[in-house]
Amino acid sequence: MASNGLWIDIEFCTGCLACEVACRYEHGFAIEEFGIKVVEQVLNGGQTFNFVPIPTDLCDLCVSRTAKGNLKPACVQHCLAQVMEYGKLTDLVKRMEEKPRSTLWSPKPRKADRKPFASAAA
Amino acid sequence: MVTKSKTSETETKIVSSTVWSAGAGCHGGCGVNLHIKDGELVKVEGQESHPYNQGTLCPRALALPEYVHHKDRLMHPLIRRGERGTNTFEQATWEEALDLIQNRMNESRDKYGPESSIFVQGTGRDVGGWLVFLAYNFGSPNWMQALPGNSCYHPRLLSMKVAIGDFVVPDNSQCHVDRYDNSEWKLPECYMIWGQNPVATCNDGNHGHWIIECLKRGSKFIVIDPNYTWLASRAKLWLPIRPGTDGALALGMLNVIISEELYDHKFVEKWTTGFDELRERAKEYPVERVSEITWIDKDLIVEAARMYAKAKPAALQWGVPIDFAPEGFTVAQAINHLWCITGNVENPGGQIVAKPAFGVTSYPMGQDAIEAMYGPMMPKEQQAKRIGVDDFPIVRDLHWRAQPDATIDQMLSGKPYPVKSTFVAGSNFVVAAQDPYRWREAFEGMDFNVVVDLFMTPTAMAIADVVLPSSSFTERDGVRAWWSPLTAQHPALRVGECRSDAEICFELAGRFNKDFQFESLDDLYRFYLKPSGLSLEEVRERNWIMPPQGSDAMPYKRHEKGLLRPDGEPGFNTPSGKIELKSSMMENWSYDPLPFYTEPDYSPVSRPDLVEKYPLILNTGSRTIAFFHSEHRQIKSLRDMNPDPTVELNPETAKEYGIEDKDWIWIENQFGKCKMRVKLSPVHPKIVMAQHSWWFPEKVYEKDYGAYESNVNVLIPGELYSKTGFGGSQVKSLMCQISRVETE
Repeated sequence: MASNGLWIDIEFCTGCLACEVACRYEHGFAIEEFGIKVVEQVLNGGQTFNFVPIPTDLCDLCVSRTAKGNLKPACVQHCLAQVMEYGKLTDLVKRMEEKPRSTLWSPKPRKADRKPFASAAA
Repeated sequence: MVTKSKTSETETKIVSSTVWSAGAGCHGGCGVNLHIKDGELVKVEGQESHPYNQGTLCPRALALPEYVHHKDRLMHPLIRRGERGTNTFEQATWEEALDLIQNRMNESRDKYGPESSIFVQGTGRDVGGWLVFLAYNFGSPNWMQALPGNSCYHPRLLSMKVAIGDFVVPDNSQCHVDRYDNSEWKLPECYMIWGQNPVATCNDGNHGHWIIECLKRGSKFIVIDPNYTWLASRAKLWLPIRPGTDGALALGMLNVIISEELYDHKFVEKWTTGFDELRERAKEYPVERVSEITWIDKDLIVEAARMYAKAKPAALQWGVPIDFAPEGFTVAQAINHLWCITGNVENPGGQIVAKPAFGVTSYPMGQDAIEAMYGPMMPKEQQAKRIGVDDFPIVRDLHWRAQPDATIDQMLSGKPYPVKSTFVAGSNFVVAAQDPYRWREAFEGMDFNVVVDLFMTPTAMAIADVVLPSSSFTERDGVRAWWSPLTAQHPALRVGECRSDAEICFELAGRFNKDFQFESLDDLYRFYLKPSGLSLEEVRERNWIMPPQGSDAMPYKRHEKGLLRPDGEPGFNTPSGKIELKSSMMENWSYDPLPFYTEPDYSPVSRPDLVEKYPLILNTGSRTIAFFHSEHRQIKSLRDMNPDPTVELNPETAKEYGIEDKDWIWIENQFGKCKMRVKLSPVHPKIVMAQHSWWFPEKVYEKDYGAYESNVNVLIPGELYSKTGFGGSQVKSLMCQISRVETE
C-alpha cells in the first residue's frame, strides 16, 4: 500500500516539460521512456487550457533520492513553476483541500520489463 | 572552485557552475550541479541554494548530457579543401587552423585595412563580449549582431538608455538572496506582459518562471499577445493585438492614463521632463483610433490602461515583437513611458535599473563601457569607419556596433570600402536571419570566413573556410555579471579538442595585437573583476556573490540617492538628469523626440491591394520550450517535444482552408514560401503563427541540411528595418496565404 505520493497543482503547471527530462536522467531511462508525461488540454472552445503532468507506472517517487534524506524527487525539484509536492498522502490530501484544481498521485511502481511494442514506444 | 566528490562507490564528481549558454540556449544564469562520471557529463541538476533558479531547471539545461556528448559535436578544427558549400572539410590541428586564420586575416588587414574584417555574433550570450575583445585587438570597428535592424533587445535597450540613462527590468525580487520572502520587495499588483511568453523562455536576464511565481502569489495579469497563450488563459485581461501595432496601443494607453489623470503626478513633476509635449502627442491617439488600428476592443484598452496605472506597484515585461515593429525604437520609447509616468521606476515590484554586479563588465554593451574597460585602444579615425556611422547617429554616438543591414549592403557592393573577411561565432544566419539567401550571398563573396560553433550548421557548411569547435558552458571557465549576482563558470570536463570562445578569442587577440597586455585568461578575468575588489579565487570559491544592499547595483530609489549618475548627484544618467519623455538626444539626432506610430509596410491597411492574394497575417518567431532559435534540433529529448516545423492556426481558419490538425501546409507570400505542419490552437483567426529558424541536422545529404524548405525567414525581406537603424523588419506582421500540401 502506498503511503507517499505527489500533489500536483494543475492550475499553475505551465507545461514546461522539465519533469519529463529530469525524471528520465534521474532514472537513466531511454529517451523514448517516460516516468511522467505532461498532457495538454485545450478544450471547450479554449476555456479549458491546462497542462496535466501524469506519472506513469515507471514512477517510483525517486526512492533513491528521497531515501537519502532531504532530496526531493527529480520532477518536484526541477519543476519550473514549482507546482509539485512530495509527501505523505494523508498530508497531501490536505494540500488538495487548501488548493483546488489540483490532483494527487499514488504510485504503484513497476519495472520497465515488458515492452510488447518497444519499437513504437515513443 | 566548488568541486566535491560524492561517495566512492558511485565515483561521481559534482561540479557546481553557472549556466551561460552554449547549451541551455538562453541569457539566463541558473546555478547547476554537473554530475561527472568517468569524464562524462551524466546528469545536470539545479542548485537549490542558488537565488537565480532555486533548484529548478528547464528541459534544455536538463538535457545537456545529450548536447555535450552528441555524436555530431564538432571535435576538431576543420579546414575547407574543396569548393565552398560542398562539405570538403578536413580535420586540422589548432596550430594549423589558427595559423591560417592569422595569415589570411592579417593579409586582409594589410591590404584593405582592419575595418575590412567584420566580427559577427548571433544572439550573443557569452560570445558577444569576446568578439568585441577580439575585434578591438584586431583593430576593426566592425562588430555586429547578425540580425536586420539589430531587432533583438537593442532597440529597447537604447530607447531606455536615451530616456532613462540606464536599462530597466521588471523587479521579480531577483536582487534579493531571500527572493520573494524579502521584506523590502513587493509583489506587483498588476503585471503587464507585452509580446512575450515567459513560460517558454528566459529573455534578457529575466527568468521566465519568476513571473509565474508572481502569478501564483496573486499578481493580476494583462497579456498583450495575438496568441491565446497559457499565460493569457490565466490573465485578468487578454488583449489580442494585431501584430506590428504595439506603438499605437502604447500611445493609446498613455492617452488614457494622462487624460484620466491616473499618472503619478509627484514622480512626473520631480523626475521627468517633456511631460506636456507627451500629453499633446498622446492626444493624437484616442482610444477609438487605437482600437481600429490594433483590432483590440476599445473598452479593453481603457480597462487595461486603468488597471496598470492604478496598481501600485505595477511591473511590465516586454518581448522582441516590440523591436520588430516598424520603428521599433520609438515603440519601445512609448512603452517605456508607461512605467515612467506611473512612477514604476526603481520601486519595489516595478521596473528596476539593471547594473552589472560590483561594476564588473563581462559583456560591454556600449562604447562607453568598452572604453572604460580597454581604454582608447581604437583611434577615433578608426571608429569613424564603423559601418553605419554616417547614416545612423545612434551607431556613431551610443552603440559600438556596425549596423547589420548597412553591413550586408557594403559586403555586396564593396562601397564605400571593401569587406573581405569575417569571423562568425555563434550565429546561424543562413537559417536565422531574414532573407537568408541574401545573407548567404554576402558571405559567399568574402575572401575568407571563419565560423565558430559547436555543431556543423547550414551557415558553417555554406560559407566557412575554417570551422573552429567551440565548447558548451560545462567545459568553460569564466566570470559573469549579468546582472546580479556575480557568478563563476567552472570547467567540469573537456570534450574532444573543443575550446571555449574565450580561449579562442584570447589566443587570436594575442596573435593579432603586438601590444597585447594579458598573459593569461585568468589575468584578463582579474582585470574584469578589478572594480569589484574581489579576487578571482574568491569568486570561483563562492560560485555566486550578490552585491551588498545599498551598493549601486542594488535597487531601490537609486535616483534619489545619487547612485545612477557618474557625478554622484541625484537624478538619472541623461543629459538633463531627468527621465526625458521628450528625448533631447533624439532631437539632436534630428529624429522625432516623442513616440509615434507607424503602420507596417506590408499590412491589410497599408497594402489593401495585396489583401485578396495574401489575406492572412504571418507572425513568426514565437518561442518554444524545446529550442532556442536554430539550436537543439539534433537533441532528441527536445526534438521529440516538437518534431516538426510547426505552424499554429485557429481551428476556424483551418476549416475555412480545408486544413486539418497535423496537415502539412504551404505558407506563401510575394517573397517566398515554406512548408510547415499545422497545430490547431487558440491563436487569432487572422494570424498564421509559424516557428522560425528550422533546419534538419538529420538531412545530411541535402544542401545546407534542408535549410530552406521549412524556413519561414525566406518569406521575410531584409530591407524593412527602421530609419534609426534600430528596430523593424516585420518578422511578426507580414501578409501571407496558406494552402494544404497535396501529397504526391
